[in-house]
Amino acid sequence: MDLSDASQIVLIGGGQAAAQAVQSLRMGGYTGKLTLVGDEPALPYQRPPLSKAYMKGEFAEERLFFKPAAWYEDNGVELILSTRATKIDRATQIVELEHGATLTYDALILCTGSRPRPLPVKGADLGNVFDLRGLADVDRIQPNMVTGRRMVIIGAGYIGLEAAAVARQMGLEVTVLEMADRVLARVTSPTMSAFYEKEHRAHGVTILTGARLDHLEGENGKVTAAVLADGTKLPADLVLAGIGILPNIELARDAGLTIDNGIATDRDARTSDPRIFAAGDCASRPLVHYGHTGRLESVHNAIEQGKLAAAAILGKPRPPEDCPWFWSDQYDLKLQIAGLNQGHDEIVVRGNPDELKFAVFYLRNGTLIAVDAVNSPPEFLASKKLIMTGSKVAPDMLKDTSISMKDIAAAAATA
Amino acid sequence: MPKITYIDHEGNERTVEAKNGESVMEAAIKNSIPGIDADCGGACACATCHVYVDTAFMDKVGEQQEMEKSMLDFAENVQENSRLSCQITVSDELDGLRVTTPESQH
Repeated sequence: MDLSDASQIVLIGGGQAAAQAVQSLRMGGYTGKLTLVGDEPALPYQRPPLSKAYMKGEFAEERLFFKPAAWYEDNGVELILSTRATKIDRATQIVELEHGATLTYDALILCTGSRPRPLPVKGADLGNVFDLRGLADVDRIQPNMVTGRRMVIIGAGYIGLEAAAVARQMGLEVTVLEMADRVLARVTSPTMSAFYEKEHRAHGVTILTGARLDHLEGENGKVTAAVLADGTKLPADLVLAGIGILPNIELARDAGLTIDNGIATDRDARTSDPRIFAAGDCASRPLVHYGHTGRLESVHNAIEQGKLAAAAILGKPRPPEDCPWFWSDQYDLKLQIAGLNQGHDEIVVRGNPDELKFAVFYLRNGTLIAVDAVNSPPEFLASKKLIMTGSKVAPDMLKDTSISMKDIAAAAATA
Repeated sequence: MPKITYIDHEGNERTVEAKNGESVMEAAIKNSIPGIDADCGGACACATCHVYVDTAFMDKVGEQQEMEKSMLDFAENVQENSRLSCQITVSDELDGLRVTTPESQH
């Protein structure tokens, strides 16, 4: 459907994807009405620092915002904040907001994001039990980040481990509980898991794997301990749950859009309704470098789908689809991930984990499909390109640190 | 407030007022300067905020850290005066800074 004469565009959600789409629409020459509806009170902001520098108090709040308030005014973007969208009426092209207001759209972009998976145990509603998703969450957690306090983190994914690193650096006693037999089990290889476990332990974090939380105990409405299924009781002044996120698909589902783990989209971020797009954590999309669809929880994905949606609406050529990439900062370790490692049949380690500078490559049938690079930008950046071209790379070369990544990339390109 | 001028690859100039303490990348993003993507928001994780620094300012913009150096090594069309703008902190000393953005950040 040609939407290039659209004169009313509505975005639901105010995160990275929405901020990008708004920017791309205006920079792309769209001059019509542009309205962003967000349920948080803050201007659109970046989330990655929340579990890193911002949580540590090293990053001023003002720096989180993509644009100052004046930008939205100057660029004719109406912000409706602290407000939920409650219904999409596709037949009349109307979005209903809580408190009864309505917005008519020619094109609609759903950037509804995700929410933390709730802790499914007794005591999850006690005071000082937190999630970490938004600015307001960190502002609630931070007063409790006091030297000597005991923090129990449920879930050893990236959020849990980043928070553990920050809390240790702020002098808290930190225990991380993980149900699986290793940290980061859902996203990375045993080699990387072992490395991060060792690093966190070296920094004084207690990591308990294979640990099933039974319930949380409290007194006077505040949490006092986490109790494991085997009866172990861990005293806690605060608990942080980081057990994954759930995509916010309800609005789309109730409107009858196709759902496939997330809101199903095509390569242009278009949903099953040609006037409606979805971008970011809430959307599932074709992963063109992998030949299947999937939902990505990342900055790269939010930015890219925001751009794809804007381009499709404006009738511009489809922007490039990058290979998925991610990063995580813990202590002085910068982890950069390119690609998706699911389905690998070979793992190659380059460099020495003990030197805190190494990379783990994932191959399938000799083709590079992903890399986890710790303090190793060349490995990350070279791999990103090789993954996008579907290149076969010789494992012996990857292993050999005397051959530069540039030379490896050049050899792979001509192979 | 220090003024920074961003020049795109076609020679178009845009001058903005930056704040001390923010990065040259942040000043660009807040003012919608084209040619700087800065996908990672300044974490030195993506190498999409590459700029060429006016050589008169090279000794004022600070030293490159190892991480930045190795990121830049993989950027396109790197020159002697290439920097990642997220790693340059704005100060009064940088008033009048001129940086040029490359044709592409990818």
